[in-house]
Amino acid sequence: MNKTYLVFKHEFLHAIKRVGFVVMTLIVPVLALLAIGVYELVTTLTEPSVNAVTIVGYVDEAGIFSDQTDQGLIKLIPFASREDATQALVRRNVSEYIVIPAEYTSSGTIQRYTLAKELVTPPITAYFIESFLTWNLLKDDVSPEIITSIVSPLNLEVTRLDENGDIAQEQGNIGNIIIPAIFSLLLSMAFMFGATSLISGLGEEKESRLIEVLFSSVSVRQLLIAKVLALGTAGLLQVLVWLISAPLLLSLASSSFGGFLSDIQIPANFLVLGVVYFILGYLLFAILSVSLGGISSSTTEAHNLSMFYILAQFVPLWFSAGLINFPNSPVWMVLSIFPVTAPVQTMLRLGVSDIPAWQIATSIVVLGLSVIVGMFLSIKIFRMFMLMYGKRPSLGEIIQGLKTA
Amino acid sequence: MTAVEVNHLYKSYADVTAVNDLTFSVDPGEILGLIGPNGAGKSSTIKIILDFMKPDSGEVKIFGQQMNEAFKDQIGYLPEERGLYKRLTAIDLILYLASLKGMDKATAEKKANILLEQTGMLESKKKKNKEMSKGMGQLIQFIVTVIHDPELIILDEPFSGLDPVRTETIQNIIANLRDEGKAIILSTHQMNKVEELCDRVLMINKGHTVLYGDLTETKAKFRRNSVQVAADGELGDLPGVIDRKLNKGSVELVLAADTTPQTILDRLRDREITINRFEVTTPSLNEIFLNLVGVDHE
Repeated sequence: MNKTYLVFKHEFLHAIKRVGFVVMTLIVPVLALLAIGVYELVTTLTEPSVNAVTIVGYVDEAGIFSDQTDQGLIKLIPFASREDATQALVRRNVSEYIVIPAEYTSSGTIQRYTLAKELVTPPITAYFIESFLTWNLLKDDVSPEIITSIVSPLNLEVTRLDENGDIAQEQGNIGNIIIPAIFSLLLSMAFMFGATSLISGLGEEKESRLIEVLFSSVSVRQLLIAKVLALGTAGLLQVLVWLISAPLLLSLASSSFGGFLSDIQIPANFLVLGVVYFILGYLLFAILSVSLGGISSSTTEAHNLSMFYILAQFVPLWFSAGLINFPNSPVWMVLSIFPVTAPVQTMLRLGVSDIPAWQIATSIVVLGLSVIVGMFLSIKIFRMFMLMYGKRPSLGEIIQGLKTA
Repeated sequence: MTAVEVNHLYKSYADVTAVNDLTFSVDPGEILGLIGPNGAGKSSTIKIILDFMKPDSGEVKIFGQQMNEAFKDQIGYLPEERGLYKRLTAIDLILYLASLKGMDKATAEKKANILLEQTGMLESKKKKNKEMSKGMGQLIQFIVTVIHDPELIILDEPFSGLDPVRTETIQNIIANLRDEGKAIILSTHQMNKVEELCDRVLMINKGHTVLYGDLTETKAKFRRNSVQVAADGELGDLPGVIDRKLNKGSVELVLAADTTPQTILDRLRDREITINRFEVTTPSLNEIFLNLVGVDHE
């Protein structure tokens, strides 16, 4: 039987039986369920009930605000003086009160008094106060329809057209980034756990000298290819479990988050590119980990050094707010082509904007070449330095070794 | 056909020459003792033979050819420092590594049970490595080394950490493998084991050959012109004896250059002394080792 297959089978079974792997595979759906539950709970506890009306007092020193005191969820009650309003607030007859000074029409200043400790005035409160003021200021000169438009002048409906001027199949929506963002996060986690697992496994074999027994049976190439593929397959299985649980979680989430998620559209090429980037990304991280495992003097050192590329892949997620606000910045293009950040960055960009085909092609080609060249170099590096126990070669020695190998 | 043929091997690390013009061979049906102080170049030599690393120059032939992947199934290797997968049971580890040597599962399982029985490990075959003692783990690794019936066996310190009973067991298995025609390289610091098991010996120091040849001939070569005598009563003055060294229960008589042990034996017989022991002094391998590399080693 093919030795690469035998090592692959052993490594794959070994990987998926690890407690860490089982926990990580199950913990993501469990955590998602937990997050939905916590969201439900917090929402229930913090959201005012639909029928609850907040009573807000007001002192009208300008003498022109008396209409439209019923603003839906807020009811405004007039007070003759600030003292009366303060007393009502202290007795909690009102939740807060505002004072409209006599010079309001020239200054525009409104004073608000509340018992609550707040960083800013809740937007909903500010909106209703603004609506109350606007109605009273314009009621004698403008029709109610116009006032409604002034209070809420913008209800923007955006339609994306394709290059032929027809309505595009894929419409932009803030919800569209949800799936790519979740997938990117899962991708990063899978890469991280895969790399960590590979380094630990190699470390165990190096430190126990089992690696020597293995190399007396198989070639470096066979062993490393089998290890990388086995771990990639285990990672794929992990992501599959996560993706299979996704529809259930999304439907639960959708009912929790209102209709927000029902409008989500997954980009057409998302799934295909997702698989391509997952496989290539996983291979790249596995190869980097193999090389590191080969040259490191201990497992701990290898884990520490691996943080450089493990953390680097999270960069696109850290700057995702920038991506949403400035989707056309050249920074994202660079990160889409740089092999370590390419999978996560490209997946995120797919949810935000269109990516030119040439950029996707370049990104995949660069990533693919990195995998091929990386595999070639890692086999050489591993062969040269695998038996150097307790001593890490310098960069100069590695370069010299690669030249002479 | 010669199992291993090493010709003018050189290997350096930075400014240290680990292997310096080493030439030797191992034939089927013999055990070659590879001995030398720490850092002598034994491990480097083994790793070059196994193709784990390339020599700077020189040549290694396995069964008459350059080492290649095809030969790996015919080689059994037991490294000096040993460990096992912590979470695998003994039998799973044996079967996995046997499969990498080309064995099918049924054959490997059958052979594994025989070797486990021979080494007294049958009852522990379902134990995980973390549940086994160091000695038990070493026996499992030894089984892994020989389960696929390799033609060339390289053993690096196979007895270290084993108790006397297990040492005896392993020693017997190694001797049997030699009798079956296997070529064996035995690297060890235990000189008594080399004397008991090896047919030939290669002693290296600082990478180069200090001693290489048949063990009996080597010992004869280093034989001193003296005899060990244990007798009842006083030996008295013996012509031809130039010095005497008292040992526990015997005396070593150092002979003059023109005196043979037979002459001394005849003289003692003439005196009608009861002789309990009469033996030509042969240095132990350990003495030869210390004599040859002791000063350098210190």
